Amino acid sequence: MKRLLALGAVVLTTAALAWAGSEEPAQSGGAPKPVITKATKGEHCVEPNDFMRRNHMKVLLHHRDETVIEGIRTKKYSLKECINCHASEKTGSVAASKDDFCVSCHSYAAVKIDCFDCHSTKPQGSMAMHPLNAETAHYAHKLAAQAGRPVSTEEMAGIAQ
Amino acid sequence: MSDTKMSDNTPDSPERRRFISTATVAAGVTLVPGVMLVEVAQGRPEDQPASSAVRWGMLIDATKCASGCDDCVSACSTENGWTPVAESKHPTQAPQWIRKLELQDPLTQGQTNLPMLCQHCAEPPCVDVCPTGASFKRDDGIVLVNRHICIGCRYCMMACPYKARSLVHEPLNDTQKPDVPRGIGCVEACTFCVQKVDRGDGTTACAEACAKSGNNAILFGDMNDPESEISKRLRELPTKQVRADLNLNLGVRYHGI
Ligand code: SF4
Ligand code: SF4
Repeated sequence: MKRLLALGAVVLTTAALAWAGSEEPAQSGGAPKPVITKATKGEHCVEPNDFMRRNHMKVLLHHRDETVIEGIRTKKYSLKECINCHASEKTGSVAASKDDFCVSCHSYAAVKIDCFDCHSTKPQGSMAMHPLNAETAHYAHKLAAQAGRPVSTEEMAGIAQ
Repeated sequence: MSDTKMSDNTPDSPERRRFISTATVAAGVTLVPGVMLVEVAQGRPEDQPASSAVRWGMLIDATKCASGCDDCVSACSTENGWTPVAESKHPTQAPQWIRKLELQDPLTQGQTNLPMLCQHCAEPPCVDVCPTGASFKRDDGIVLVNRHICIGCRYCMMACPYKARSLVHEPLNDTQKPDVPRGIGCVEACTFCVQKVDRGDGTTACAEACAKSGNNAILFGDMNDPESEISKRLRELPTKQVRADLNLNLGVRYHGI
């Protein structure tokens, strides 16, 4: 059993390395690869992809302290801007379904995301992209308060209409 | 420095008050030729940190605050995404960033209406007691909770004399506003609409709503700028700080209480 686990770990690590190293992941066995959808906006990220894959948490951490404590609101490295570009076209969110941008890699890497306990996963914007707006916010609160479970974007969009 | 100036605004006598206000105006003109006005009117650039040259404050005219109106409260709830208490599943522990108070003097039957919110103390007890450093006062006088650091111990709620803070008890299930992160296990309170202030709106959701209702009881602005509307009104109107005896130098001043 132990040996089987060790083997599994090796396979996983190799798969992870293969994925991290190239744009087109090698077709080997193991866990299903994360779905990395191209951002809905913009030509390229604020830094090269390889850098962001390894360091996004560091730049976000630095920026969050500057924003909260000093009130610096530059767009580069702002979580809100990540969400603005990377929210999925289908769910309007970066973390509502398992294929959404943040969740997809994080579940593959088995790293829990805490950001969205507090931060909205959806961009500010149109009705379709962000169903919670001033007119409907109260209904959504009602739903969320009663649900006791995560409310899907579809449900909220349903209320908004 | 700004603190000394603010506490000087507490008048000892009309003469003294007039003397001080003239002195402040003179200082304002010579020291900052137009700079402050421009800064406040357009907001600061997004790469600039909040500056202690500004002290955001609020003047609430209780004589204009209408009985039965709670437009400021619903505007705050809408802007900042907290559930109105009436709609909450657990009303006794629902977060409230601003509350409408209607008070009656048992002797005279006279009624006083006022909104109560975080007073953005210059000497905030909530910051003094916070064991983690999560409660802090920003350079422009806005008292905030850094939710990345808050452990939800609620010492600050105990320390606040104004019952201004709430703990979020329940998961919010992605109902937050993109501009206003807030979540379970953290303490929160009025932020003077810091997202609007940083955007350069120069006002808060409650002040806007009150103006829209026609009552015009809430005035928001920079108390350090002698030419700002709020500074002018503070010079003219007699105002009080709630529990002035605590000497906290509040950012919210009331007229007519
Ligand atoms: S009113 Fe309460 S929460 Fe606000 S700054 Fe003062 S002590 Fe802190
Ligand atoms: S609840 Fe949070 S902000 Fe309040 S005292 Fe505790 S750590 Fe500080």
